[in-house]
Amino acid sequence: MDILIYGTINSVALALYALGFALVYGICRLPNFAHGALYVLSGFIAWTMINTLNTNLWVAVVATILVTGIIGAIIYRLFLIRVRGMEISEIIASYAIALAILEGLRWGGFRGMTYTLPVFIEGSITIGGISVDYQRILVVVVGAALVASLWLFTRYTRVGLALRGMAQDERAALMLGIDSDMMAVVAMGMGSMLAAFAAILLLPLGNIVVESGYNVLILAIAVCIVGGLGSWMGAVLAAFLIGFAQILTVVYLGAHYQMMVALLAIILTLILKPSGLFGQQKELEERV
Amino acid sequence: MKTGTQERRKERIDRGIKVRTDGLFALMSWRELAYLIAPRLLLIGGLLLLPLVVPGMYWLRVISIVCIYALLALSFDFLAHYVGLVSLGGAFFVGVGGYLTALLNTEFGISPLITIPAAGILGGVICTILLLPCLPLRGVYFAIVTLMYPLFLARVIEALNILGGTDGIMGIDGVPYVWLEQYGIIVILLLILFGLRRLVNTDLGLVMRAVKDNDQAVRASGMNITHYKALAVFIASSVGCLAGACIVHTYMWAGISTFALDFSILPIAATVIGGGGTLVGPVLGCLILVPISELLRDFGTLRIVFYSLILLGFIVFRSDGLMIYGQRKYQQFERWTDI
Repeated sequence: MDILIYGTINSVALALYALGFALVYGICRLPNFAHGALYVLSGFIAWTMINTLNTNLWVAVVATILVTGIIGAIIYRLFLIRVRGMEISEIIASYAIALAILEGLRWGGFRGMTYTLPVFIEGSITIGGISVDYQRILVVVVGAALVASLWLFTRYTRVGLALRGMAQDERAALMLGIDSDMMAVVAMGMGSMLAAFAAILLLPLGNIVVESGYNVLILAIAVCIVGGLGSWMGAVLAAFLIGFAQILTVVYLGAHYQMMVALLAIILTLILKPSGLFGQQKELEERV
Repeated sequence: MKTGTQERRKERIDRGIKVRTDGLFALMSWRELAYLIAPRLLLIGGLLLLPLVVPGMYWLRVISIVCIYALLALSFDFLAHYVGLVSLGGAFFVGVGGYLTALLNTEFGISPLITIPAAGILGGVICTILLLPCLPLRGVYFAIVTLMYPLFLARVIEALNILGGTDGIMGIDGVPYVWLEQYGIIVILLLILFGLRRLVNTDLGLVMRAVKDNDQAVRASGMNITHYKALAVFIASSVGCLAGACIVHTYMWAGISTFALDFSILPIAATVIGGGGTLVGPVLGCLILVPISELLRDFGTLRIVFYSLILLGFIVFRSDGLMIYGQRKYQQFERWTDI
């Protein structure tokens, strides 16, 4: 029972990590290595708002999501747009941004165990003999709602349809009058907002530490690779696959094997089936 | 009616001396010989004289580290710009080479003079075998999988508590003679640099570059691409493992930090700054970047911020790098012409 409950929670957490990464890769083909850095950054923005500026929790939440989205859009507009389409340069450039943000935060004194975000609702509930706190349940509920609303957004709004059009065929989208550069900026902004969303939901469960930026990045990549780069539904399913695999290894092997699962998943998937379980890439684009 | 700059443009023309020195005629005059030799002599002489002019033991150590990073950067540049395999896992080579030499030295008591080359070759074999399944992958997929290898190996060592676990392997011998240690690495660097420059211009190098540009065409010519890719990976990973072995014998310690991201990122930064695809550029980049990073050591992690910002600036705004800029200035001149 506890495997089922904690597996589900872990899986939803992984899906939340990965959604932003999958969105950005799906739309502008940008492997956004700054994703983990944006996640940590938004955690510290929220912390600063609540503890230094003494704002209301909900104001801080909304403001953090918006600010992170704007930061992501600015990063894309200023730097990444210039290397658009050169995948390796994109990886190196976004990774350089991630390093600059994370190590800058570390230098700025944000280290140690003292930084925590408040949970939204205190208390816990007992399900089938296991006590689960409300925040974890909130994570699952909001995560599911987020996936659903993202699905609706990309099918029933103009911007969402434009984003999907660009993901499917950029040239055709250009001919239909979709500004692909603008849409890429929007996509990056949304991806960053999703990172901030994940941070605000998941960080209250632990401390805000700079190192988690790298772990979040690896987990997001693992989920997206296993699910197939560019496929969101694949990412959600892969999150459950890896999430349960992780919990099972923790229960039966020990906690320090947890990260190895994700890394092994990446390596094995890439070797055996690079397009992932539900990928949409052409076979020839990924291997010879 | 002439208005402003619209009717003029800048054109670049090869210098006469560059054209004359292209062929065998370079041997006809001292001036042209000097034109060819001067840059090479500047690099060789500069590197060999460097240990004599710097103040203090600390900077001698920095020169060794510059050379080690330069080896890594060379291996990255060779793989990325001549074979088309972008490997973000320089740390993987360093770790494998480092642990190999540490094991050979502590378990079997073999002298560093033998373990370093042995670790280079053996490590190359091991890395090639481990990377063999990934060789068909392209572009971003290969990059991601190579980035994950060192992280994975580090976790394996940590979790299984093998090879010294988190403490690492201690009690490794240093290279017996101080000056051999200092000059050995410089000579190795120069040999590999000029060796690789030769290699990329041979027939083998031609095929490798063809694999980068159009692998289907190479395949259609009846050549096995995986064979050539494996050979290239072997060469590059041998160089990387050699660097790893040197760094382990310099610090007399091998641990999980040999898989650290530093060894993956700094060589890439050096290659981007120095100019990719020139093979000399990465060495130049290391000569600039590593001392700067040492000078900034007092600022803690700020130095990582600093060099990642330099990297970002170069890759976004000046992606051709210093070496290509320098070559252009050396071989060509610019002038304004009327249209």
